[in-house]
Amino acid sequence: MSEHTSFEEQVEQTHAANVLDPDAPAVLTVDNLRMYFPVKSGGVVRRRIGDVQAVDGVSFEVPKGGSLGLVGESGCGKSTTGRLITRLYKPTGGSMKFGEHDQDLATISDREMKPLRREVQMIFQDPYSSLNPRHTVGTIVGTPLRVHNVVPKNKTLSRVQELLEVVGLNPEHYNRYPSEFSGGQRQRIGIARALALQPKLMVADEPVSALDVSIQAQVINLMQDLQREFDIAFLFIAHDLAIVRHFCPEVAVMYLGKIVEIGDRESIYSGAHHPYTQALLSAVPDIKQAATGERRERIRLTGDVPSPINPPSGCRFRTRCPIAQEICAKHEPPLLQIGKRHKVACHFPGRINQPPSTPITAGLLGVDAQGSPDPGASPSSDLTDQPGYADTWFDLDSKSFGRA
Amino acid sequence: MSETNPHPTEAKPGQAAAASSAGEPYLVVDDLTVRFPTADGLVQAVSNLSYSVELGKTLGIVGESGSGKSVSSMAVLGLHDERSAQISGSIRVDGKDIVGLSDAQMRQMRGNTVAMIFQDALAALHPFYRVGAQLTEAYRIHHPSASKKEARRRAVEMLDRVGIPEPQSRVDDFPHQFSGGMRQRVMIAMGLINDPSLLIADEPTTALDVTVQAQILDLLQDLQREFNSAIIMITHDLGVIAEMADDVLVMYSGRAVEYGPCKEILTHPEMPYTWGLLSSVPDVSSDINARMIPIPGTPPSLLHPPKGCAFEARCNHSDKVGGDLCATTLPDMRSGGRGQTHLKRCHLPDPDAIFLSEVLPQIAPELAASESNQSSEES
Repeated sequence: MSEHTSFEEQVEQTHAANVLDPDAPAVLTVDNLRMYFPVKSGGVVRRRIGDVQAVDGVSFEVPKGGSLGLVGESGCGKSTTGRLITRLYKPTGGSMKFGEHDQDLATISDREMKPLRREVQMIFQDPYSSLNPRHTVGTIVGTPLRVHNVVPKNKTLSRVQELLEVVGLNPEHYNRYPSEFSGGQRQRIGIARALALQPKLMVADEPVSALDVSIQAQVINLMQDLQREFDIAFLFIAHDLAIVRHFCPEVAVMYLGKIVEIGDRESIYSGAHHPYTQALLSAVPDIKQAATGERRERIRLTGDVPSPINPPSGCRFRTRCPIAQEICAKHEPPLLQIGKRHKVACHFPGRINQPPSTPITAGLLGVDAQGSPDPGASPSSDLTDQPGYADTWFDLDSKSFGRA
Repeated sequence: MSETNPHPTEAKPGQAAAASSAGEPYLVVDDLTVRFPTADGLVQAVSNLSYSVELGKTLGIVGESGSGKSVSSMAVLGLHDERSAQISGSIRVDGKDIVGLSDAQMRQMRGNTVAMIFQDALAALHPFYRVGAQLTEAYRIHHPSASKKEARRRAVEMLDRVGIPEPQSRVDDFPHQFSGGMRQRVMIAMGLINDPSLLIADEPTTALDVTVQAQILDLLQDLQREFNSAIIMITHDLGVIAEMADDVLVMYSGRAVEYGPCKEILTHPEMPYTWGLLSSVPDVSSDINARMIPIPGTPPSLLHPPKGCAFEARCNHSDKVGGDLCATTLPDMRSGGRGQTHLKRCHLPDPDAIFLSEVLPQIAPELAASESNQSSEES
């Protein structure tokens, strides 16, 4: 790869921290996105007997040129969210406003979608199954150029070679087949293909989890370089919390189709208030701590994620939650903003082992501490979750809305 | 891995000079070489590998794909077809050499004294048979006198032991009716049903979520404490190694490149490849402004391994070795400056100093600072 050092050196010099720009306009605004997959009965007449509520009311923003991480266990709906944004599925409900003209990707027709596909591209998890083994690299990377008529036919090859060079592959290898490349190189081919149309938003679905650790770092660095160079926004879907922390200044944690906590890096990794986020973070094996002999207490989650066909009532996490109480089964906690850029959906949000003794949401929902209706209370009218962050938020200490 | 009980390796790693009652550790792999003849030439999958594991201890084997970590442990189970693999060296389980045993003799041992847990439980369990049938089959093969009823009782007992709720009814379920974590538990139950003394776990948690991974690792540790079995844990996740292993073997291109007590390897690694592995993974407390440090390039082909050190082409530190020693001469596994139990395959004259001054500040600045304070106090 020596012939590409110039590009890498250039980027090295301009390297800055992947920090949050709070004033960046949103390139994508997702509001109350829902995706239900029908479950049909067996037999001749296949009746609809239920729905898999894969994504159920998810709202977030991806800032222009920024990156939002989406983490959670398998089956939590994070990949489905990515596929909805690339419109590989048509959502059941909600809206996804994209770009300068705020076009709604959720309701747009397929014909109107085609020009937008240039702007939203995807990087897939498995570098083996996502490349056609019978096509050369030149064909794979050149196909988007041809389909969207981006460059004249006789210029396609030179553009492909440019792209290969940008992702750190030898441009002379355009005539090779995917089987002639290693896993990390194949992932670079996938990235070159996604890059071909100069998208504004890249959905990266577990882009490095199939790669060896030494190669993961190469691909992550490449994606950061490209993001900076071309001002691409990333929706970064992964289950590896350490890599998400490295890549994304903002993180959303999903559980069973819903966002349970969303916030900037600091709020999530140093100040998580949702017991699920805390459990996830404590389950990550930490080399440094183990090596120096420190043992931190793990929060043990028992059991498995419940079925999304028939999710638990109230809070969906309550069946595995170490601090669940009566109210959790009766009422779903609203996703409440508790900091400048920090929202959490829990009746008892707090630091590890310091949850509040009474549900902070009871007053807002108009119920008492056990979750029974409280005639004396005045429920807060506006608890529906909006994408983005408000200027005022619920202060956990004073238990009221206010500005910090 | 507490401070008061630092790593008890009476056995010099790899040298089979042990102090257990039988005279040597339970498993001793000595000078193991596995080659596969192919149309393109001889694939040198594993070369001159030596290690040992004692009862009640865990050995972690780390390395990239193609480093020979799975091939070497499949040899311990005798899973290589002798028509397609050339195996030399010796593998002694409880003092008995198993290289060259007949298939029938191997079958006696496999699943009974040595068992394996695979990465992908969905692929490793038969989809057409109920898990109970698969568990009892494993049991009855090694206990021919056991009745069906006894075997079933044992299967239920094992499912209960690995934490599957309602084992009485779950025993009659098919593998697809279990979740990923539960299937992995079934696999562990199947591996342990004959009380094996040696358990080989090949990437047992790679396909699982972190919360379930934590459950499975806890389970393996509990079971090890209970049955005092030896475990070989194959993984590419250094975090898992850090939590589980007593000893660590780092493999690269079919050879051991570093071997020693887990804490030593993680805090004072002496081989540039291990440095590369440690610095290329971010953790949840690393500096977000720092760029990730990948290992450049890719591993060499096993068809034509280089003459010298296999890592030479990717190594940033080979210029510190005089002449072209790294490119021409394969370094031996030898002990470094930090004791006889820590072996590494590297020509670098003072690797610990390079690690502390150049590598550690990059991966853990706060640890580097405390290290330098310590050493100045000592002097």
